Amino acid sequence: MSFINYSSREINCKIVYYGPGLCGKTTNLQHIYLKTNPDVKGKMISLATETERTLFFDFLPLALGEIRGFKTRFHLYTVPGQVFYDASRKLILKGVDGVVFVADSQIERMEANLESLDNLKVNLKEQGYDLDKIPYVIQYNKRDLPNAAPLEELQKLCNPTGAVEFEACATTGEGVFETLKAVAKGVLADLKKMGS
Amino acid sequence: MMESQLVMQQEDFDRVFEIIQKLVRDANAKGIFVVDKAGQLIAEAGELQGIDSTSLASLTAGCVAATGGLAKIVGEEEFPIHFHQGERDNLHMTLVGDRMILVVVFDERSSLGLVRLRVKKAGNGLAKLFEDIRKKAETEIQTHGSPFAEITDDDIDNLFSD
Repeated sequence: MSFINYSSREINCKIVYYGPGLCGKTTNLQHIYLKTNPDVKGKMISLATETERTLFFDFLPLALGEIRGFKTRFHLYTVPGQVFYDASRKLILKGVDGVVFVADSQIERMEANLESLDNLKVNLKEQGYDLDKIPYVIQYNKRDLPNAAPLEELQKLCNPTGAVEFEACATTGEGVFETLKAVAKGVLADLKKMGS
Repeated sequence: MMESQLVMQQEDFDRVFEIIQKLVRDANAKGIFVVDKAGQLIAEAGELQGIDSTSLASLTAGCVAATGGLAKIVGEEEFPIHFHQGERDNLHMTLVGDRMILVVVFDERSSLGLVRLRVKKAGNGLAKLFEDIRKKAETEIQTHGSPFAEITDDDIDNLFSD
């Protein structure tokens, strides 16, 4: 649910990074945080365990610039990927405007990708959303690893509907901003269609 | 249920601000924040302006959402009031209507009793106001379409030009 404030002339939107445990959701946000100017980003919050696994969420506010006199602010969230944190994942999807699904390219994580994707659909549905109708981008992360599955296989399994997709290596930053830009564009395009 | 867009015009914001400014005085509060359940900061008032209110809003929503989850587990619909007591400052959170959270930060100049009393009245006023804002925005969008219908693909692309 975007928030349009005519008083401060701001558009605020919420983007959620979803995906299985250790797929690189937090690494995406960390890279964005490291590579953006201090004047466009707020503080990054990570609610993580002592072993740096996301416990509740990571949060990064970003200002992307002005559009028709309105400042655009994007709030980026990650969900905890581990299966047993499902209750937390549901909460974070509340009011979402766009979703990035970070898939782990490693062959042995294929099952986890599919399970997480199913879980995303179910949790979105509970909030009244349909994955096919909201701005949605898939990122195939960890493409640099030797055990990465062929791209065609990932596409076939994780992206049967042909959503916008990117190959990435979040640790080096490859594909990270492309993914963010694509989902942000989708959210703004959706805003344009609002009410029609 | 999926939530509709929140669109606040200047006059809506002024009315919200008026209520929370009054609440700052009536409750002897250090700061008041209105946050939506998705984590967006809607308005703030008081002497705490300048703190990281974006993070405050996001964490407040997370906290309220987690507590709401706990409520359901024990068979409650919601825990509408949360109170966090600190050494110097305290935090009082109340659900306002079905999508807003009213956060009051106060210290020894006030008391929990006073805050609860004042928040009740202000909360009712805010709930009604946000309901009016929601209805008005819905009518506006149905009648005139998106306020951003004029945005072109080029406008969006320009936002990302390095």
